[in-house]
Amino acid sequence: MQIAVLSGFVLAILVPLISRWCGSRTGLILALYPAAIAFWLVSLMPEVLQSGGIYFEQAWAPSLGLSLSFWLDGLSLLFGLLISGIGTLIIIYASGYLHGHPQLARFYVLILSFMSSMLGVVMADGLMTLFVFWELTSITSYMLIGFNHEDAAARKSALQGLLVTFTGGLALMSGLIMLNVAGGSWSLQTLLNDGDALREHALYLPMLLCLLGGAFTKSAQFPFHFWLPNAMAAPTPVSAYLHSATMVKAGIYLMARLQPGLGGTETWMTILCIVGAITMVVGAFLAIRFSGIKKVLAYSTVMALGTLTMLLGIGGEAAMIAFVTFLAAHSLYKGALFMVAGALDHETGTKDIDEMGGLRRAMPVTALCAFVAAMSLGGVIPLFGFVAKELMFEAVLDAPRYTGFLIGMSLLASVLVVAAAGIVALRPFFGALKATPKDPHEAPLSMLAGPCVLAGLSLVLGFMPWLAGDGLLNAAASAVMGTEVATDLYLWHGINTALMMSMFSLCVGLLVCWRWSGVRGAIHRFSPILDRGPEAVYWKLMDLLVRVAEWQTRLLQSGYMRNYLILTLLTFVGLTGYTLLVRHGPVFDLELDVRLQEVVVAFVTAASAIMACMMRSRLAAVATAGVMGFGIALIFLLFSAPDLAITQLLIETLTVILLILVLFRMPRFSSFSTPMERVRDMFVAVSTGVLMTLLILTVLGQDLFTSISEYMIENSEPLGHGHNIVNVILVDFRALDTLGEIFVLSLAAIGVLAMLRLQAKEKKAS
Amino acid sequence: MKTGTLILSVAAQMLVPLQILFSLFLLLRGHDEPGGGFIAGLVVAGAFAMHQFVNGPEATRRLLRVDPRDCIGFGLLLGVGSAFPAWWQGEAFLTAQWWEVPMLGLKLSTPLIFDIGVYLVVLGSVLTAVITLTEVDKDEA
Repeated sequence: MQIAVLSGFVLAILVPLISRWCGSRTGLILALYPAAIAFWLVSLMPEVLQSGGIYFEQAWAPSLGLSLSFWLDGLSLLFGLLISGIGTLIIIYASGYLHGHPQLARFYVLILSFMSSMLGVVMADGLMTLFVFWELTSITSYMLIGFNHEDAAARKSALQGLLVTFTGGLALMSGLIMLNVAGGSWSLQTLLNDGDALREHALYLPMLLCLLGGAFTKSAQFPFHFWLPNAMAAPTPVSAYLHSATMVKAGIYLMARLQPGLGGTETWMTILCIVGAITMVVGAFLAIRFSGIKKVLAYSTVMALGTLTMLLGIGGEAAMIAFVTFLAAHSLYKGALFMVAGALDHETGTKDIDEMGGLRRAMPVTALCAFVAAMSLGGVIPLFGFVAKELMFEAVLDAPRYTGFLIGMSLLASVLVVAAAGIVALRPFFGALKATPKDPHEAPLSMLAGPCVLAGLSLVLGFMPWLAGDGLLNAAASAVMGTEVATDLYLWHGINTALMMSMFSLCVGLLVCWRWSGVRGAIHRFSPILDRGPEAVYWKLMDLLVRVAEWQTRLLQSGYMRNYLILTLLTFVGLTGYTLLVRHGPVFDLELDVRLQEVVVAFVTAASAIMACMMRSRLAAVATAGVMGFGIALIFLLFSAPDLAITQLLIETLTVILLILVLFRMPRFSSFSTPMERVRDMFVAVSTGVLMTLLILTVLGQDLFTSISEYMIENSEPLGHGHNIVNVILVDFRALDTLGEIFVLSLAAIGVLAMLRLQAKEKKAS
Repeated sequence: MKTGTLILSVAAQMLVPLQILFSLFLLLRGHDEPGGGFIAGLVVAGAFAMHQFVNGPEATRRLLRVDPRDCIGFGLLLGVGSAFPAWWQGEAFLTAQWWEVPMLGLKLSTPLIFDIGVYLVVLGSVLTAVITLTEVDKDEA
């Protein structure tokens, strides 16, 4: 399982090579990866259905109790199939849509990494595994949304998406940690099995709020919905993938996953139902306000995400089966519609529905796909979307709480969604042919495959919902529910209230669609109010962030090395000195057991340190400081630490080299500080020195901890196969620390590079 | 930066190859004797820094053949990559793995790969700083 998830990243690394060898066929070759994943998942299906799940664990950092663990159950399987199945189609589609794009290889790298991250999210069992993959989806989607990075609007939208989802990511992390504290485990499976303990824990409310914060931002729930439509700046294959089937569903997945552990309480129901219902209506309402085809689709996605959240909030078997059906149906038709939108944009050169018309003759296949998918979106019989919508209405009618409110909201939302579906599927294709920037013709085969397959599935599953329902959807619903669910899906439920609601929304929706211009005109009058939505708050916050950053930078970053040093050293002296005096008191025994050579070296070192402060020439100061360094190296040598001594010597040498390079760039050596400042500097220096001395004497005088040297000395040879203990510690026992250090070192080098290069560039420019 | 000292340039001609060799020696023996990736990286960075003092940054770049920044990247890749072999054995990340090379009697190990990564990162970082400092100086002159 780990190989399936992680091989996507390896493949992503290899993309530049593959695209060099295979040219324009790269897309088809890469599409084999998600296709293989999809087949693999299908082959695992019988086992998952029978045993309830497959578990895989790989120790990660056992000393911290962390492991890389995956868990494949019905819910993961459903999501995994959507991700890999639609992913296959998207990659094929992108090879047509972005055909000849100079950075197509970069696109493949990003989309494959994203796909793997997404698979990681839905299969993760360890909380930290989940979190890592979750953040990876944020990062990769940021790069995907900003794929056209030369476009300022794309960059802005990408950053907006990133900031909103990362803020949520932070909340999620706190939530996951609280989950661990409350449940005492890092494994989701273990935690969810003991849901009552979680629900009764004192941390339940903060934990729930944090986790939902993560889920709501990711899944664009009101009031965080604004980033999703803006993310439409991405190329259409990205929108079709991220914003229909995957990324935005990650939040939904998280809530569904946590439902057995955290769901079912009053708070859970209230928050999810209310937020979901509001998101649903807001999304559907905003969908008919715009004429950009992708915006309409994006807002109708917001509506769907709201519906899913609401269904999770309602709870119970009917709602769960409605949830998984709606989820699957939505992914199918929305993927198809986005791809149709991309085909329209690709072949006509415009994204504005007002500029399109009568295209059914020029693009018959696209028109057919759009029509079928939109019928599914609108919930018209006999599409899969109809089945989902019926189930949704039935679940809402049975809702244990807020029934009236939910019925009203869902009826309103579905009226508006029918209108949106009509706008997307009817307007561009019917009516008089309008002149478009490009001469319209049918899209290439690679771009038709995706919408045809997805629209076809919507139709087939509409007639035969049990194909998906019996195995997959029931298993997924059981995973969300926490107990076994077995509901048979039918297309025809008979004439009942749900059907009446469906029919009503269909009729009114089509009426709205017909009168669209009038409706939009009416809505337009409220624009000033609508523009003051949550997005305005976001921009206010961004302005505030910049202002606070400016203010605190001016306050803290004086740009003078001496100020930083004084601040750092005084803080150190203050805090450490206080702890030392209060906790231990200056208790130490002074044993003067020294050899002559040690005294000599110590004297030389100290003397050169004092000399360095008094030198009148800079070069001499550097040289005396060097003497001090060599003195320290000698001390290391005297106490038989050759590795340290060598390192110290080399560092001293390099410091001299670097200093000499820098010396030329400095102003003439002269006295800049007033006598008062000198006294201040002396005070800081002396107090730091005294404190360090006291500290070392105290540490030597008391045995605070049992020394770990013994362990290292004993195990260096048997465990590390090395005689040089220092090296064994560096590269084996404490290799993780070293790894961190070399990253810091690299960052420092990049920092130097950036600083010097940037300055040189600025000078050249001025 | 230019230098006209004959002594330095003659000494550098002999010292630079020796220092590079010595650094490799330090790197490989590091596990049993004083040495190791960090120290060896500093030694070799010193060698290239000296070369640069004598011959200028372009000559050093030519001698190095790769951009020092790529050294950093490659070193980090080795460092991270050495975490994975343990995985195939089903052990925790970064657990050291040892392989005997038949015939030669050499011991290959992930700590060695890790150490080479450290070596490259240290070399790359120091040289990035040193070469950039010199080049920026030159641009301004």
